[in-house]
Amino acid sequence: MKKAVRGHAPDADALKERDQDLLQLLQSLLGDEIQSHRHGMDMLELVIRPESASSVSRLLRDSEGLEFDYLMDQTAVDWLGRREIRFEVVYHFYSTKHNRYLRCLAPVPESRPEVSSLYELYKAADWYEREIHEMYGIRFAGHHDMRKLLMYDGFKGYPLRKDYSMKGRQPLIGPGSRQES
Amino acid sequence: MEVSQGMVEPFVTTKLDKIIGWGRKYSIFSYPFVTACCGMEYMSAACSRYDMDRFGAGLPRFSPRQSDVLLVVGTINQKMAPVLRQVYDQMCEPRWVVAFGACTVSGGPYNNYAVVQGIDQVVPVDIYIPGCPPHPETVLDGLIKLQAKIQHQKHEV
Repeated sequence: MKKAVRGHAPDADALKERDQDLLQLLQSLLGDEIQSHRHGMDMLELVIRPESASSVSRLLRDSEGLEFDYLMDQTAVDWLGRREIRFEVVYHFYSTKHNRYLRCLAPVPESRPEVSSLYELYKAADWYEREIHEMYGIRFAGHHDMRKLLMYDGFKGYPLRKDYSMKGRQPLIGPGSRQES
Repeated sequence: MEVSQGMVEPFVTTKLDKIIGWGRKYSIFSYPFVTACCGMEYMSAACSRYDMDRFGAGLPRFSPRQSDVLLVVGTINQKMAPVLRQVYDQMCEPRWVVAFGACTVSGGPYNNYAVVQGIDQVVPVDIYIPGCPPHPETVLDGLIKLQAKIQHQKHEV
């Protein structure tokens, strides 16, 4: 087995070997919740259902041997025209106890863009989810406050969706805007 | 301005506009509205190596009510625009606005949904200083051009 050098991408076989026991543990704990899995170029990836995102995360956080106690990142991808299910919410977990990473992907259909919120489990999810909501228009069921995080209240549309016009400009707000004068 | 000599006492003839302009252009109190990386370049232009004080603009006032030149330094996004306008509205006449850097001139590299494409949509601009960021020399050139503008304009008293 080749040793992974810091700063270089470790080769696929080494990663597979590294994550083998993690995968077995996850399969035994989560069972049918895992729709599929993949050995990504940096960490193990699980595909889960959007409505069970919070229950899966609770297991990931609290189960012995997993202890994914740190939500490193949460974001979304718009696969417009590339995939059948348009959106995908991406979670990056890290276990400070076991020094292990895990990526979870939840495909979200455009017809019902809703995911269960992780806010109750990880306080870090609060602003991630608000940002995803304003940028992609994906709702988070169970989140306490879905106001916009970065944009202003009058802003219409979801600017990081692929069908948001590149040249789309919205009118200025407040005093001095051309509408007022 | 002319100094007459050969009379009993030397005296100066000038126009009121000219003497007020002369006074105002060498006592610029600027308000730096710094929002982004151009701020570093502003600091460089203001500090001892380039020293804006040589041109009489050495005293930044951190209150718009005490200043007469609004230096808009850095990206202004749509959410920030009302704030910039409010700051401008708080300044006393006479007042001038300098757009410092590509972002304030035209939106610069940020041609997107969030950034105002030129602050002249929000406040009237007197001098545009291009560059990403502008050299301190460019800044001083802009300052000198602003002074020329102040010198040659009509001054209400």
